[in-house]
This record gives sequence, structure tokens and C-alpha cells, in this order.
Amino acid sequence: MHLLAYLPLLFPALAAVAARPLAEHLEPRLATWLLTASTVALAAFSTAALGVLAVAGLVRLPLVAWVGHWSATTVRAGDPVSTAEAALSCLLLATAVYAALRLLWRRVRALVAAGFEAACLPGIDELVVLEDPAPEAYALPGLPGRVVVSTGMLDALDEADREAMLAHERGHLAAHHYAFVAATHLAAAANPLLRPAATAVAYTVERWADEHAAAVCGDRRQVARAVGKAALASRHTPDRGRLSAAALGLLGMRRDPVRRAGPVPRRVAALLKPRPPRYPLLPLGACAAVVGASGLCAFAAAHDLHVVLKLAGAG
Amino acid sequence: MAAGEHESAEPAGGRRPGGALEAEILGLLHAAPQALSPGEVLERLGGDLAYSTVVTVLSRMHDKGLLTRAKRGRAYAYAPVADAHGITARRMRQVLDSDPDREAVLSRFISDLSADDEQLLRQMLDGDLTDGQ
Repeated sequence: MHLLAYLPLLFPALAAVAARPLAEHLEPRLATWLLTASTVALAAFSTAALGVLAVAGLVRLPLVAWVGHWSATTVRAGDPVSTAEAALSCLLLATAVYAALRLLWRRVRALVAAGFEAACLPGIDELVVLEDPAPEAYALPGLPGRVVVSTGMLDALDEADREAMLAHERGHLAAHHYAFVAATHLAAAANPLLRPAATAVAYTVERWADEHAAAVCGDRRQVARAVGKAALASRHTPDRGRLSAAALGLLGMRRDPVRRAGPVPRRVAALLKPRPPRYPLLPLGACAAVVGASGLCAFAAAHDLHVVLKLAGAG
Repeated sequence: MAAGEHESAEPAGGRRPGGALEAEILGLLHAAPQALSPGEVLERLGGDLAYSTVVTVLSRMHDKGLLTRAKRGRAYAYAPVADAHGITARRMRQVLDSDPDREAVLSRFISDLSADDEQLLRQMLDGDLTDGQ
């Protein structure tokens, strides 16, 4: 049981390594579902494993053994978890549960508040234009959700770009992307090793909305252009960086600058490439294997604890 | 439900799906110094739209509460409903800045750009950006 209970705590490290490549190479909708499901499952199993370790510690306390009518001595003999490990597990479990509940509470509150804002914004149309020179566009979830665009953003884009931008934001609302982001944030709160996976999902939902916009507009390049223009307009530096683009090449950073770039250039680069394949079997299988192994370990650890308790005379 | 009503009213301009024309019109009305008549809107749109399409879209936007209008000559002149001098925009920005969770629930079109990102972006979209700014 010893090792089995620790493995689910460490599997998220694999997710941390794999999340970014999966997010880059898979079709974004699939990537979002896959990463979200895996992240939530891994968080659940790692929390369950912590729970098993914590319980394994608690059941050797004489008081608990007396209440539960089993022999603390037999438990101690049959169970290799040390007191220090058990105490640490209790602490980690308490931290994980506290962090997850806190995030859940704040996120639900924020969603309710966003719903109120969405209902209170002027007009009755889905689209809300706000008088604001700063370029800004976002989807506000609610019943119904609203797409908020500043006049600054409208000014920065031409008609084709606006169509792409609106389709992108509507894609966010239609597919409830905030829910995927919230689920992975919750998982990452429970196990910080899952943070890279949560970051990857925040990226794949943007990619998903980009692909949605590309499908609506029928032109991937148009969406790439809209994203690029909006991003450059949002940055208040008017300098035309032609010279330093050449310098990049001289410094040898040109080999693959996109890989180390932020999300916006990576989105644009992905849109300028052909659409990724829909069902690549290898990554799907690998994710299923890791999540399955994690679940199996957590289950086996719980089962072992159960057997030990049974041996010790618990009902 | 909104999408259906958009499509039914834009037979000729079917090129622009789901409110893109409305956004376009709203944008140019915001940019204009005074209220515009449908003729002026059509002129600024510069496409191959029919006058009647513009009138339909404008009056529908007025019905939705996006525009105000006042009689000018024989036609109406339309102006965007003032977002009370950007008060809503300012309030939204305050709300979003004050609480990271509030920002986490909404999906921004654009996230922050580093200086390197900016150069990379200009490189990738070289030919496409010249008309923009």
C-alpha cells in the first residue's frame, strides 16, 4: 500500500510535463476536454490517496481504534505508514481541501457577480459596446452571457477582423469555456503540480474559440490577423519593431521563437498552420493510461487499508 | 435565438453573419462626431449594401435599445446610446482590476503581450498589418 498511495500524488508531474505539448498539437476542442478530464481525475485521485494516507495514520491512534472497535496494535503491525508520514498527509490533505473549497467559493461568487453584470449591462443585445478608448473585448458568462467590446477595440479592427473577434467571443460563451477553466483551476488548487495543466487549458480554450471563429468566418488567416491586430493595438507601444526582428535572427533565436513565445503569438502561429488532426490515438491512449494507473493505485491503496482494518477486527 | 432574427433580415448581405454588420455600424456611429442618417451610414460602410438593408438594421438596433434617433428632414438620424460617457466601461474595469477571480471567469480576446511577442507577431503577420494602423 505504501508506494501505491504515493504514486497518485506524483502522476500529476507527468501531466505537468505533457500538458504543453498536448495543448500545442491536439485539436483544441479535444485537447480541452482531454486535459480538463485528466486534470480533474488526477486531482481527485491524488486527494483520495492523501486521504488514504491520513486515515492510515488516524486509525493507529488508540482513541480512534477504541471508537472503531479495532486493534491499534494490529493496524500498526500491518501498515507501513509512519506517524510522520501520516501527520504530513493530514496537513497536506487539510491544505488541499481548504484551497479547493476557497477557490470554489470565490469562483462561484465571481460567476454569480458576472451573471449580474451581464444582466445589468446596457442594451438587450448579446453585444455590448462600451465607450472606452482602451482596446478591450471579452465574453462575460451569464444567463444569457454578453460579449463586451470597447469602442477602442472596434476602432482598431476592420470589418473582417470584427467578425472574427465577435465569433471568437461567441464561441467562448456557446461552449461554456469558463467552466473548463474553473474545473482545472480547482484541480490545481487541490494539487499544485497540476498548475501547468490548468495553464494549458486556459490556452486551449482560446485556441478552441479561435478555431470556432475560423469555422464561422471560413478563413483561418482572417482570425490570425484579427488576433494579431487586436493584440498589437492593446499594447501601447507605437514603435515598429522591424529592426529588432532582424536582430532576433542574428542572435540565433530564430530557430523556434514561437515555442518560447506567449499565448498570443502561439495562437496566431497555430492559425497560420493547417488545422490539427481530430483523433490522434497515441496521446489519447497515453492520457487514459496515466489517469487509469493513478486511479488504480489510489483504489488499491484504499483497498489495502481496508484489508488491514478488517484484519484488525473492524466491522 | 438572436441569430435567427439576424439572418432573416439580411438577405443580400448574408456575407456578414451574426451581428457583424451591427457591430460595424455601431463602430462607425461611435466614431462619428454627430448622429448619422441611413444614407450617411451607407456611404461610410462603403460596401454593396442596399439602402433598405441599412434602414432595417438601424431601426432594429434602435428597437433593441442600442441606438437613439431623432428626426432630421425626412429620415431619422441615429446615434449610439451613450454609455453615459464611459461610466459603465470604467466601472467594469474597476471591478475586473479589483478581483483576480472576476477576471478568471471572463474570456478576454487578447492576453498580455511581451516585447518579444510583439516582434514575433509583426514578423508572422508582416503583410497583413500595414492597413491596420
